[in-house]
Amino acid sequence: MISWLQSAMPHLIVVPVVLPLFTAAILLLMGGRRQWKALVNVASGVVGLLVAIALLDWANARGAPGAIGIYLPSNWDVPFGIVLAVDRLSALMLVLTSTVSLATVLFATARWDRAGVHYHALLQIQLVGVNGAFLTADVFNLFVFFEVMLAASYGLLLHGSGRPRVRAGLQYIAVNLLASSLFLIGVAILYGITGTLNMADMAQKFPLIPQDDRSLLHAGVAILGMAFLVKAAMWPLNFWLTPAYAAASAPVAALFVILSKVGIYAVLRLWTLFQSTEAGPLALGGDALVYGGLATLAFGALGMLTAQQPRRLAGFGILLSSGTVLAVIGFGYAAMMGGALFYMLGSTLAASALFLLGDLIERTRRGEVAPAVHDDEADRVPFYVDLPTGIEVPPHGDAGDDEQGLPGRAIPATMAFLGLSFVACALMIAGLPPLSGFLAKFVILTTLLDSAHAPALAGGVLMSGAGWTLLVLLIASSLLATIALSRAGIRYFWTLQDRPVPHLRAIECAPIAALLLIAGALTVGAEPVLRYTQAATTSLLAPAEYIGAVMAATPVPNPVRAPARPAPGAVP
Amino acid sequence: MEIILSLAIGVLGASGIWLVLRPRTFQVLMGLSLLGYAVNLFIFSMGSLSRGAEPIVVPGLPATLLHYTDPLPQALVLTAIVIGFAMTALFLVVLLALRGLSDTDHVDGEEEPP
Repeated sequence: MISWLQSAMPHLIVVPVVLPLFTAAILLLMGGRRQWKALVNVASGVVGLLVAIALLDWANARGAPGAIGIYLPSNWDVPFGIVLAVDRLSALMLVLTSTVSLATVLFATARWDRAGVHYHALLQIQLVGVNGAFLTADVFNLFVFFEVMLAASYGLLLHGSGRPRVRAGLQYIAVNLLASSLFLIGVAILYGITGTLNMADMAQKFPLIPQDDRSLLHAGVAILGMAFLVKAAMWPLNFWLTPAYAAASAPVAALFVILSKVGIYAVLRLWTLFQSTEAGPLALGGDALVYGGLATLAFGALGMLTAQQPRRLAGFGILLSSGTVLAVIGFGYAAMMGGALFYMLGSTLAASALFLLGDLIERTRRGEVAPAVHDDEADRVPFYVDLPTGIEVPPHGDAGDDEQGLPGRAIPATMAFLGLSFVACALMIAGLPPLSGFLAKFVILTTLLDSAHAPALAGGVLMSGAGWTLLVLLIASSLLATIALSRAGIRYFWTLQDRPVPHLRAIECAPIAALLLIAGALTVGAEPVLRYTQAATTSLLAPAEYIGAVMAATPVPNPVRAPARPAPGAVP
Repeated sequence: MEIILSLAIGVLGASGIWLVLRPRTFQVLMGLSLLGYAVNLFIFSMGSLSRGAEPIVVPGLPATLLHYTDPLPQALVLTAIVIGFAMTALFLVVLLALRGLSDTDHVDGEEEPP
């Protein structure tokens, strides 16, 4: 396994970008045959997940704190060409993305992929953007991948159509176009000052910047940060998130949970690079991140109390998780950040599962309502042959080829499954024992409290007012989330006496169960995972290795043909 | 030339922001387009303004921006223009869809109560 990995290694890095790209192209060319499309999509998702796990394994097996793989897609010298780099953090995010996207695809094959056109292709393009953003080490390339991701997300948000979705989509697009403008302004300022777009090179050049240009540099970094924080949903830049995610169809919303993590990843990557000692004295953003994160945490917790539908609950749950992670990043302390990364893994899985679960719960409450099936004949969409008009789609319609025999099978104890899943989601999001949300919060809180006794441990800044506020808010937000989620649980499950037990299909329950089982596995295997995340954050906070690895990458030499004879006119 | 360019960027940006804050979808679209122009000009200006300079480093002269013009911002602007154009087109489609679905061009899909 290891030797195979080593031989495939530099090229494996580009697979998470190229594989979904080709899959999307194939899916677009396939025309009708939804079952086959679903099959191709799932197969590509499985391969992508395996590649991501291989990369994670590779990064983990290197032993050294910074295991960094570099790939030069166009084989140019480093500061000039685009660089893809994988380290522990990138590999972890790739695995998380592949897991969540595979689960949502499986869920969508049950019924949602029939609600509009090109769901499968759009999903793969979304993966191109997200994976690329996690891998690239070039700021402008990051912008391009952001745009790919956003363009696909606009299409996915509108999947299923209907007035609420179009309205939410319009506002979502407007907000993200504004954020993209900020992104471009920030990149342009940074390029104007440093003359490079490579993140590592940029961090290296920061100490050389004259004092006069420092204020411009700070403005550039701040504007760039705004663009990321809109995506990461920091208060007060997050009012767009809940309406948009609540309006999206369930599998799409579950996938969108990853999008806010892309913003957090970008903040984490660039902030740690620009803040490092290699980049010189550039104390910026730390306080803003801490206080912004705390405000987000409070806003998310209060929002959960006001939420009535499960999908809105999940939307505010995302804010809760974003706020916690951003505030902890702002402290810039490796042990705490490792805990926050661990927390982010669990909360992402739980929020994603809650979006999927919310769809089933709402269906239970309203009785069986099939989503509006896209009428292809009326629209005359090219490449799309499907159900003849006038034929009713059965509520338990066709599924992928590999699920023959499952359709229509009612799972016994449906309500028990829904209820147990909801409890698991609630425990994860609120951070209560025994699941991993609690362990992660416990790590963060213990580190905070330890630093009170040993101020030298963290430079004596942790137990400031902000540290205490974080401690109080973390506990208070757990309480508020518990209240909101248990109230919702009582309403969804205990007041449903006289309604018929809903018929769920295995293909819809399996992804939810899988996501929650992975969250359970995170709890059981907390120690190795925490060790991994802490190693990831330690290497993030000491980016000399990252900068060194990126800058030292050399292009593959051109194959030189042995000269058969001296060129004409050559002087021997 | 600097003052003209910065004035143009400023005016475009200010008009864009004002229009984006308006309640009608078409005004928002126009605002986003104007902001896009402002951003593109801004990126362009980051390559330092010069007239008649070539994007070639001449041997013998030091490779500073006094002696050649930086071609990279133009490549960046090109990418940004393409992406911005596509996004504007998409926004236009969604705008029309919302207009058709809700019979109003308010960004919230419903008129404010008088």
